[in-house]
Amino acid sequence: MAYSEKVLDHFKNPKNVGTLNKEAKNVGTGLVGAPECGDVMRLQIEVDEESGVIRDAKFKTFGCGSAIASSSLATEWLKGKSLDEALKIDNMDIVEELALPPVKIHCSVLAEDAIKAAIKDYQDKNGLTVSADAAFAHA
Amino acid sequence: MEKRRLIYLDNNSTTPCDPRVVDTMVPYFYEKHGNAASRSHQFGWEAEDAVDYAREQIAKLLQVEDKEIIFTSGATESNNLALKGIFEMYAKKGNHIITAETEHKAILDTCKHLEKAGAEITYLKVQEDGMVDLAALEAAMKPTTILVSLMWANNETGVIQDMREIGKICEKHGVLFHSDATQAVGKIPTYPREIGVHLLSFTAHKMYGPKGVGALYVSRKNPRVKVTAQMDGGGHERGMRSGTLNVPGIVGFGKAAEIAREDMEKDTARLSALRDKLQRELTQMEETKVNGNEANRMPHVTNISFKHVEGEGLMMTFNQNVAVSSGSACTSASLEPSYVLVGMGLGDDLAHSSIRFSLGRFTTEQDVDDAIDLVRNGVNHMRDLSPIWEMYQDGVDLTKIEWSAH
Repeated sequence: MAYSEKVLDHFKNPKNVGTLNKEAKNVGTGLVGAPECGDVMRLQIEVDEESGVIRDAKFKTFGCGSAIASSSLATEWLKGKSLDEALKIDNMDIVEELALPPVKIHCSVLAEDAIKAAIKDYQDKNGLTVSADAAFAHA
Repeated sequence: MEKRRLIYLDNNSTTPCDPRVVDTMVPYFYEKHGNAASRSHQFGWEAEDAVDYAREQIAKLLQVEDKEIIFTSGATESNNLALKGIFEMYAKKGNHIITAETEHKAILDTCKHLEKAGAEITYLKVQEDGMVDLAALEAAMKPTTILVSLMWANNETGVIQDMREIGKICEKHGVLFHSDATQAVGKIPTYPREIGVHLLSFTAHKMYGPKGVGALYVSRKNPRVKVTAQMDGGGHERGMRSGTLNVPGIVGFGKAAEIAREDMEKDTARLSALRDKLQRELTQMEETKVNGNEANRMPHVTNISFKHVEGEGLMMTFNQNVAVSSGSACTSASLEPSYVLVGMGLGDDLAHSSIRFSLGRFTTEQDVDDAIDLVRNGVNHMRDLSPIWEMYQDGVDLTKIEWSAH
């Protein structure tokens, strides 16, 4: 299968690869997928506690090129967004941006799940009300 | 990544044509373009002679009689003809066929088709090293068993079955033995008569011949085996396979068989040394696993799982430079990882992490050296990106994590 230029670009030069301190109170971690399924994404956000804006985002992904590109793109989009804005990121936005073929749509779903899981982790840690949107759409 | 030439280590998918094969074929597209079934003129006679000669070349490779070679369009057709043809021809004797879970789809899907037509199929499980359990084979035999169909060498792992013992068990029970020998013929000795194989499927394009031409060996004596034709028409190939013969393809197939017979020992020695080097260097990396029985294995194949790295992603790091295959689900439309590896009891996670390297006659030592570097770099790159590699390094027990399967 031929990949789109954007997938190749994110794959070759992934943005925001790394690890944030998951014990930190202002860091939310989402770990989704399973090795048996061939995809595991770990996405982390660091929130500016005063403004409530996502200051940093990091990822590590075990998966195919599309899964890596989806998570790389997600971290790019998360930075500078409020949690409410971040929760509005839809997997189809990722599909469109990366021109993912139908067989790779699950990679974008996983990225959306990872975003929501990271936000939920942050909210749980900080005793914030979980907004209805944060419920796992695909769990 | 710097620009390099593309290294082909996917010879189990298909091999390039040997230039000597192509040279032999060319005249049969032009001046010698006749139909081998035309009995009334020079063009036809020439074509028929060429087909006869190729049939002899191929028969010699298998140490069988030339009349026992039936030309087809490839191994898939040969497998279909063998299984469906035997099922129909021997319907009065029984309806039970024994095969294995790790067979090629051309066998498994044909068996599924036959099940709908009333066949009873036993799919043997294989052991962890990919070998069929001979006791299980013997135990599966019934009075209604008409055929055992087991592949000579597996396409994904290169594991070679204990053909001689399987042959003996079939003989003891008076059951016909078919083997899909697509990956074995031309690369290792495959003598069906000596082994007790009565039907043998193989194809030209896995042995440096052209695509679109294959053959089915059908034993003509002790026992005399017949298969019901699956293609109706002019009654070519002793009535077992109608259709105008692919003369240039067959000529190339014959030449490929002749070269294979002459070069087999040399190729095997060279390729097994290169394969061993590739495997040794790559498995020096942490957390790798060779899949399949290493003692009974094709000389040019190795299948390695690189733990905590997903196969398709890994291939993407080097596929501008090295062509290989993966057992990862992401390379298949079904999103299921390799059923061959899973059938050997390999966990889905390891199946997703597997890469098949298959060398060939035109693989050089430089190719292998470059591939070692490129694959190593790719594995390291992907592990830097992998959360489960990080967890493994931190000593996290991955089996204790509650993964969210999706």
